[in-house]
Amino acid sequence: MENFLTQTLVYLGAAVVSVPIAKRLGLGSVLGYLIAGVVIGPFALGLVGEQADVMKFAEFGVVILLFLIGLEVQPSMLWDMRKAIFGLGGAQVLGTALAIAAASLALGLPWQTALAVGLVLAMSSTAIVLQTLDEKGLRQGPVGRAAFGVLLLQDLAVIPMFALLPLLATGAAGHATDGGGHGGGSLVAHLPIWAQTLSVFAAVGGVIGGGRYLVQPLFRFIAKARLREIFVAAALLIVVAVASVMQIVGLSPALGAFLAGVVLAESEFRRELESDIEPFRGLLLGLFFITVGAGVNLPLVASRPLQLLGIVVGLMVLKFIVMYGIARLFGAPKRGAMAVATALAQGGEFAFVLLSFTVGAGVIGVQLAALLTAAVAVSMALTPVAMILYERVAALMDAAIPDVVPDTGDFDEGEPDIIIAGFGRFGQITGRLLQANGFKSTVLDSDIEQIELLQRFGRRVHYGDATRLDLLRAAGAERARMLIVAVDDREKTVELVETARKAFPNLVILARAWDRRHAYDLLANGADAVERETFESALALGATALQKLGFRAHRAHRAAAFFRRHDRRVFEELRPMWGQEEAYILASRDAAKTMDRLLDADLHRMRPGDAGGAWDTASLDEELRERAEQEGAG
Amino acid sequence: MTDASTGFVAPATSGVLLVLAHPALERSRANRALAKAAKGLSGVTFKDLYEIYPDFAVDIEAEQAALLAHDVIALQFPLYWYSTPALMKEWLDLVWLHGFAYGEGGEALKGKKLFVACSTGASAKAYHMHGYNRFSMDEFLRPLEQTAHLCGMEWETPFVVHGASVKDDAALKAEAERYKARVASLLPASRVSNKAET
Repeated sequence: MENFLTQTLVYLGAAVVSVPIAKRLGLGSVLGYLIAGVVIGPFALGLVGEQADVMKFAEFGVVILLFLIGLEVQPSMLWDMRKAIFGLGGAQVLGTALAIAAASLALGLPWQTALAVGLVLAMSSTAIVLQTLDEKGLRQGPVGRAAFGVLLLQDLAVIPMFALLPLLATGAAGHATDGGGHGGGSLVAHLPIWAQTLSVFAAVGGVIGGGRYLVQPLFRFIAKARLREIFVAAALLIVVAVASVMQIVGLSPALGAFLAGVVLAESEFRRELESDIEPFRGLLLGLFFITVGAGVNLPLVASRPLQLLGIVVGLMVLKFIVMYGIARLFGAPKRGAMAVATALAQGGEFAFVLLSFTVGAGVIGVQLAALLTAAVAVSMALTPVAMILYERVAALMDAAIPDVVPDTGDFDEGEPDIIIAGFGRFGQITGRLLQANGFKSTVLDSDIEQIELLQRFGRRVHYGDATRLDLLRAAGAERARMLIVAVDDREKTVELVETARKAFPNLVILARAWDRRHAYDLLANGADAVERETFESALALGATALQKLGFRAHRAHRAAAFFRRHDRRVFEELRPMWGQEEAYILASRDAAKTMDRLLDADLHRMRPGDAGGAWDTASLDEELRERAEQEGAG
Repeated sequence: MTDASTGFVAPATSGVLLVLAHPALERSRANRALAKAAKGLSGVTFKDLYEIYPDFAVDIEAEQAALLAHDVIALQFPLYWYSTPALMKEWLDLVWLHGFAYGEGGEALKGKKLFVACSTGASAKAYHMHGYNRFSMDEFLRPLEQTAHLCGMEWETPFVVHGASVKDDAALKAEAERYKARVASLLPASRVSNKAET
């Protein structure tokens, strides 16, 4: 117990110190974790002992990563992106693996090891690439799409690799695999083959069926209880349960988690799940990177700096060339191909997993693995530098060719134009109008009964409390054009507007206000425009009342329009006084008097009989009468 | 510009009040090009009626104040059924009232210029005694010409773009330049410099 606490202290302390520093230096969090690991590792300070124990735990971070990737993958999107995933991605993995294998072979490695090295290094870093592309605003365009497709296939390719790599063992033939690498421990290994196969199918079927028919009702049940932490617990429970089931039947837990994610991708809880699990992913992946860093054999690497440099440069150049060629073959323009190739030129986090796995399976030697681990880490660190280099070159290319067509592409990747928070009486009407006019919206609501009702009408609504920033982010607030706040709570509306304004300065924020006071509060907190929720409908009812009282329809309509205009004007005039109670009340009394006067003037102008039904004033009638009399006399 | 709520004050007049009425400006090529060319001129106050009054509830006081504040009233619109679009007619009906624009005591617009800029879908040939529309553009614009006369305004030669929807981009650009020059020529030179000082 004491040992556990000390270890936790060391790991957390290292992360807390090094990650912010690395971020400040522009190196990214992954590198921060790696460096922290190196520092506390047995080859530097030697603060941690049983790195392998922590590794097992940390690898759960990869499982969660794949679950989250699965959540992003709706089956319909898989089909839409089939070319990018299976074409581009498949070609990248095969091409890069073969090229690196060939290079390794030329350097004198046995073919089995060379092939293993190729496969391991073909992986790129999902975490780093997606983050880099997001920072550059390239995630949504064709470049981001292509990169995401390749990364997705790589993540999928890890699964067969766990099966294939042990076959390349050069040492003891038939080195036992432990089914997936993450922990191992298949309970069905002793069963006959047909029973094993059956159990695999049963497990996969169970994950799909359970995801569809058990998990959704479970979440609905929990959501009704409105207990945030139980929702988080349930989300974790699902990931752990799926991973365990997969392990029992001897499949990769990561594959299971991915599958579970895909099954839940269509559910209304997707966004909430994402936001709830995200912190665990970050922490566990961080832990994972630390353990990788701790595993770096520092004296070995330090004794061969040139070799390391050679591997890093060779790796990045080779990956760049292969990816560039493939992207061009698939019809990407030069610039797009360059961007994708640069982004994907590093080694990935799965390389770490696979390397430790191959060492265990006797495919790659300990020394080579240590060197490669260091090389992958360095290449990851160089990714931001490479991207800056790419931008410089691209700028030069732009200067050389004046008429470069910018990456526009269709941005239709499920990203919303509008986020609607709160889909009750108010949000629905606004949402329907926007949708009917071709705008895509993501809807968040925290009333599960309302969501169920809407789903019966075939509407897609996500469960979640929109005042949470992470949830807004998951809903795509960074890229959406507008946020419409129609949450059924006065305080929450103000809170949401305030948070969103701070976090997403470019977002247009429209909010539903209770009354004039609430409207002023919202505007003061950063809403771009507000609408008092009852104002328009009350005016409409007022107009109907006028009509029922004998006004002609157009007259009633005009009276309402007139009132609206004056009220809006007063609203704007009093706005500067908001917050100064005395001045506001005084000015508001004044305004009410002016309003009465103006309304009275209009009433007078519109008095029936005065203008004989024409728009013109009574003076015309008088003049015409006079003229007629003169003519009669003359 | 004048504050609408202050009603009838008579500020120093200056420049051109360019009033545009097009219910679907986003689909119009000609009127958008023309408006864009002219509204940037200094001394031009631009009003897009369908943008300001989507509900047709024209603010009479504000509009009358704007009319008072300018020397030249320019009306720009596509010809709809040989007349202005509905909102421009509504605007005229509501704002150009007896006692303000004409009749006894109605001298607010006296001496100002009325300039009409109008686009048509059909070609110039159609607006002819022997053409498809049987009358000339001058004849179709008679109601507006008489409006100017009744209000004691000077009637400027209208600016007409025929075949607006079939003209290519280059031709439209040339029309827009021509329009800009024409509007600029209407700006009273001294008034413009006056405005620049304030």
